[in-house]
Amino acid sequence: MSFDYAPAPESRAVVSIKPKYGHFIAGKFVAGSKHFPTINPATEEVLSHIALAGKAEVDAAVKAARKAYTTTWSKMSGKERGKYLFRVARIMQERAREFAVLETLDNGKPIRESRDVDVPLAAAHFFYHAGWADKLEFAGLGTSTKPHGVAGQIIPWNFPLLMLAWKVAPALAAGNTVVLKPAESTSLTALLFAEVCQQAELPAGVVNIVTGDGSTGALIVNHPGIDKIAFTGSTEVGKIIARAVAPTHKSVTLELGGKAANIIFEDAAIDEAVEGIVNGIFFNQGHVCCAGSRLILQESVADEVLEKLKSRMAKIRVGDPMDKNTDVGAINSKEQLIKITELTAAGDAEGAQRWSAPCELPTKGFWFAPTIFTGVTQAHRIAREEIFGPVLSVLTFRTPQEAIDKANNTPFGLSAGVWSEKGSRILWATQQLRAGVVWANTFNKFDPTSPFGGYKESGWGREGGRHGLSAYLKGVGHE
Amino acid sequence: MSFYGLVDGTDASLKRYLDALPGVDQVGADARAAMLATRSIKTTSKRWAIDTAISMVDLTTLEGADTVGKVQALCAKAVRPDPTDLTIPSVGAVCVYNDMVATARTHLDSIGGHHVGVAAVSTAFPSGRASMAVKIQDTQDALNAGASEIDMVIDRGAFLSGQYIDVFNEIVEIKELCGDRAHLKVIFETGELVTYDNVRKASFLAMAAGADFIKTSTGKVAPAATAPVVLVMLEAVRDFYSMTKTRIGVKPAGGIRNTKDAIKQLVLVNETAGPEWLTPSLFRIGASALLNDLLMQRMKMDDGYYASPAYVTID
Repeated sequence: MSFDYAPAPESRAVVSIKPKYGHFIAGKFVAGSKHFPTINPATEEVLSHIALAGKAEVDAAVKAARKAYTTTWSKMSGKERGKYLFRVARIMQERAREFAVLETLDNGKPIRESRDVDVPLAAAHFFYHAGWADKLEFAGLGTSTKPHGVAGQIIPWNFPLLMLAWKVAPALAAGNTVVLKPAESTSLTALLFAEVCQQAELPAGVVNIVTGDGSTGALIVNHPGIDKIAFTGSTEVGKIIARAVAPTHKSVTLELGGKAANIIFEDAAIDEAVEGIVNGIFFNQGHVCCAGSRLILQESVADEVLEKLKSRMAKIRVGDPMDKNTDVGAINSKEQLIKITELTAAGDAEGAQRWSAPCELPTKGFWFAPTIFTGVTQAHRIAREEIFGPVLSVLTFRTPQEAIDKANNTPFGLSAGVWSEKGSRILWATQQLRAGVVWANTFNKFDPTSPFGGYKESGWGREGGRHGLSAYLKGVGHE
Repeated sequence: MSFYGLVDGTDASLKRYLDALPGVDQVGADARAAMLATRSIKTTSKRWAIDTAISMVDLTTLEGADTVGKVQALCAKAVRPDPTDLTIPSVGAVCVYNDMVATARTHLDSIGGHHVGVAAVSTAFPSGRASMAVKIQDTQDALNAGASEIDMVIDRGAFLSGQYIDVFNEIVEIKELCGDRAHLKVIFETGELVTYDNVRKASFLAMAAGADFIKTSTGKVAPAATAPVVLVMLEAVRDFYSMTKTRIGVKPAGGIRNTKDAIKQLVLVNETAGPEWLTPSLFRIGASALLNDLLMQRMKMDDGYYASPAYVTID
């Protein structure tokens, strides 16, 4: 016998999923009118039915948010708001397993990641912003700041609960109330969060959650009763939102796509760089806007790095996301799998060489083996377009300047990585890279204190840290 | 000596060889080891891992207070870890000071333990602070007494002051002395080398000089066999294999006291060097208290509850 890890499945007994959900408006769950199924992408099992909010529901949510803003939340002292946020954070920690299991069932990401990354970071965002609530005059916008009012927030399916936390925590800390719409394929943890709001006795209407698809999102974006829009998702939709809000009074922050360069210099710590490459692109099945999807390798170490990368990739454990030993889970939806398949076919057609990790994929559900393309150039579609899957494009360079030029040669600018044991080279490279987040000798590390956001078509504004908080505040006199 | 064609025995060639090694990023190595520590090993895998770990134990007593009686008791335990369950494998070896080697060998042979090795710590263990003549005599004594494995310490003073060639030459001399008679394990005392860069450098140095095994620690200095240190050493043997097609063994020692820790070590081996290293001829765990915890966990898997510690022998 060899050391094949026996299945170590996390129990799903800790969650109870209702057959049908409504919306969370004014502190109460209200029935929806139309519903659509939400599935477990690892098994295609229908988990529940999610309500599709139309105009009436969005109107009701905005009205509830406005009422809560005017009568309660904007009048409450920062210290009191902070207490509610601390309470929410603590309850999230107490119910961490429930959140992790539900996230994995609904999203397809491995339980190890939802347990060790998504849920603890989501709670950390509430803790961090709870601390800000009574210190807003030190946020750098002058001693007299005001919230915007009602924030409309639209979040993606790749980190459902974490993106909720990135949006809701700073909004509430700053004194705004919110209407949030989770992604249509991953609404369940947002609805569990609604329960947490009730448990924390958050005043009715401070957080409203309406579920639905793009049509619901459009109703939020175009609603005249909303003062600020925060969106995380594709650049395509981001542009539609930017156009929609341009002629209005609404403030807007957008966190959009990326095609991040992960640059490995020849003097890098190679084994850790290989780990960084794996973590950069295969974390969360590559469904990460800041994924290190373009590996830019110095030619002098390219063969060595690729050999080590392939043998490391052969050890990636792909499969049941509920197994505690799974590294890469299921692709979130059939649509996304089709998109990944289409773009990788373009890679083949344009002459790049495909190599996939030799792993057995389950027969049911949506799966894509961790894959790399070598021989990629800037002219390939797979070097330019966001694949949003476990697919890495490998390019090479000869001089440091060439690495930077290639890294910056993209309409995106969300993140980048630099690997070198030479401090001066790291400092030089990070100054040249046109990306909102640059990691040195690590990748995909997140912290609520650290602002996150993009250059160019990767977005407007920042989330996290003082910079992120300021997006939910305005200086008096700037109304 | 050919040193695998990697160095020619001169200071300059050794420097070139060691300088060409990539660095180790401490944060990254710590993170990788921590991630692997989250692997959940259950049911049949756990059972396999416990038995494999038992067969890899170098059951150790290295005390000033060691006596013939103590060493004989250790040998009995090494051959039959649980006298009531003979399906349990013997450990890999017993590890003692050189004056106890003859006692251990004789006693093991007399109780049917021919297959259990005797490892002798050597070269002025644990500090390594003695003349080369003394170190050679120390090793010679152990070999003459029947040691099948020599666990030598390196001169950390020489290593830390950059006299790599001195460290290299000592290993070469001891290896020559061991010849075909005994396997050579080279102990770095990673707690004194401190940085992972040093651990990698020492690993490649020792492997080129002829080590059959590289070993973390003496057990007398903390920290000892931390997961990231073992990770770096496993990466080194993996890379050395791809350079030379020779598999060098790894022995963590010190601080591995329970089944959970031992299984974490096996996971590190499995996912770093690879499953080829999951054999007592390429991976050993230097320990004393560990064995009883492995036995307790094994009983728990059979019976479904934790037995009283009174059911495992204290030798």
